[in-house]
Amino acid sequence: MSNAPTPAPTPAKIALTGVSKRFGPKVVLDGIDLSVARGQSLVVIGGSGSGKSVLLKCVLGLLKPDAGRIQVDGQDVVGLRGDARRRVLDKFGMLFQGAALFDSLPVWRNVAFGLMQGHGMKAKEAREVAIENLRRVGLNPDVADLKPAELSGGMQKRVGLARAIAAKPEIIFFDEPTTGLDPIMADVINHLIVERVRDLGATTITITHDMSSVRKIADRVAMLYHGKIVWEGPRAVIDDSGNPYVDQFVHGKADGPIQMDIKRG
Amino acid sequence: MSLIPDVLAVIGRFTIASLGAIGRLARFAGLAVSHMVRPPFYLGRVAEQMLHIGYFSLPVVGLTALFTGAALAQQIYVGGSRFNAESAVAAITVIGIVRELGPVLGGLMVAGRVSSSMAAEIGTMRVTEQIDAMTTLSTEPFKYLIAPRIWASVLVLPLLTMVANIIGVMGGFLIATERLGFNPANYLKVTHQYLEWDDVASSLVKAAVFGFIIALMGSYHGYTSSGGAAGVGRATTNAVVSAFILILLANLIITVIVFGS
Ligand SMILES: Nc1ncnc2c1ncn2[C@@H]1O[C@H](COP(=O)(O)OP(=O)(O)OP(=O)(O)O)[C@@H](O)[C@H]1O
Ligand SMILES: [Mg+2]
Repeated sequence: MSNAPTPAPTPAKIALTGVSKRFGPKVVLDGIDLSVARGQSLVVIGGSGSGKSVLLKCVLGLLKPDAGRIQVDGQDVVGLRGDARRRVLDKFGMLFQGAALFDSLPVWRNVAFGLMQGHGMKAKEAREVAIENLRRVGLNPDVADLKPAELSGGMQKRVGLARAIAAKPEIIFFDEPTTGLDPIMADVINHLIVERVRDLGATTITITHDMSSVRKIADRVAMLYHGKIVWEGPRAVIDDSGNPYVDQFVHGKADGPIQMDIKRG
Repeated sequence: MSLIPDVLAVIGRFTIASLGAIGRLARFAGLAVSHMVRPPFYLGRVAEQMLHIGYFSLPVVGLTALFTGAALAQQIYVGGSRFNAESAVAAITVIGIVRELGPVLGGLMVAGRVSSSMAAEIGTMRVTEQIDAMTTLSTEPFKYLIAPRIWASVLVLPLLTMVANIIGVMGGFLIATERLGFNPANYLKVTHQYLEWDDVASSLVKAAVFGFIIALMGSYHGYTSSGGAAGVGRATTNAVVSAFILILLANLIITVIVFGS
């Protein structure tokens, strides 16, 4: 590890070593090595079903890797329980791919959930913080009292985003933050992510298929293919990475080393 | 030939699978209880669930008890009159209702209503990643979702059973006095005479145990569900069926322990 060409400038906030995960016979992650420096923004790209969401869930302890080591701030987090796990989770915010809003609670209680249940904030103050966070993601205060089912898919995504950042976490995971948004709102969200990272000094991992997001928010880019990181490097070089996988993905070509599992007639 | 080894293999696989399932359920129950007794307690959530489980079950439990108590009194009268034992109607009705039918039928009716809706609700939260989201928001799902449901169910079932017992005895009373021509004052006197504190206590203990089973089955099957809408559907069915069987089994065990000697 020590002879890497460009050593990270600060100690790794998140470090994965040899992380593997399978579901039955299906190997999803096959020895992932990845590290994210403090305050850095890593974007993970890769085909649909390549295991990007599973990767984030392993770091959060929502799935247990079969092998490998995951460290957050130098602390091993695989298999942590109880208070120790809670302390680690307190550092994280996560935007789920499907938003995963609590459908029985109004929008503002969704956004304030971590503050109220996790950190004991009183309802009045939490509501104000929630409305402020909704505004940040471009949502009007009148959506605060609606139920998630009354919102469009893109609005739900933004509520999910507001919820992920409300407690000002040190580490934020965004699982496809701009999917389902129009290009202008997508740009607003990209901008917001950049801003969060700058203001909070947050460390982020973002999963996206959207190359404009990659260009806007990434410090570094990693590409996941067949359970392995096939390329990792700074954003500046993604257009001429010299890696055929990355080239194919960035330019969206059907021909190349990445074969989609589609039966051609 | 190879039939006997095949049968053994099937029995073996079934036994291993059952033991595995019992182990997982026991682990889940242990975890749930450990979260029930340690803070933080979400009291508002307990109250909300008590309303949901208890208050909205009153009509169905009340009607069940009324009809059952009435039918029981009528049957005892028909059967008992052959032996000139009409006066046994009040005694057997009150004992049958309080010891067995009140808690068991109440438990089964609530299980039908509540285990299924808990499994559906928690199962949907599981498959739409709401439970994962809760975990990332520094909130333990066992504490927020499961412990309040079990507390509420354990606390509310004895109350519901009390109501069921009273209404069930009343059902018997109505049939006896309105149809069979019994003397109301005498009927009540006999009822009171034959009812013992032990019967009431065992009734309430049974109810609390059934309450635990109802919420545990709903939570367990919901929490462990997977595979989208179909998975939630399966969880709902399994929750009700397993709650029914465990309630009847627990009833037998408690009855043997309390009244067996
Ligand atoms: N809980 C699970 N049980 C079984 N298989 C799973 C589970 N979660 C994910 N998988 C499998 O793991 C693989 C990777 O899933 P994952 O959700 O990580 O894909 P992804 O890279 O995020 O794709 P997308 O870009 O479409 O979101 C898929 O083939 C999926 O079927
Ligand atoms: Mg995904």
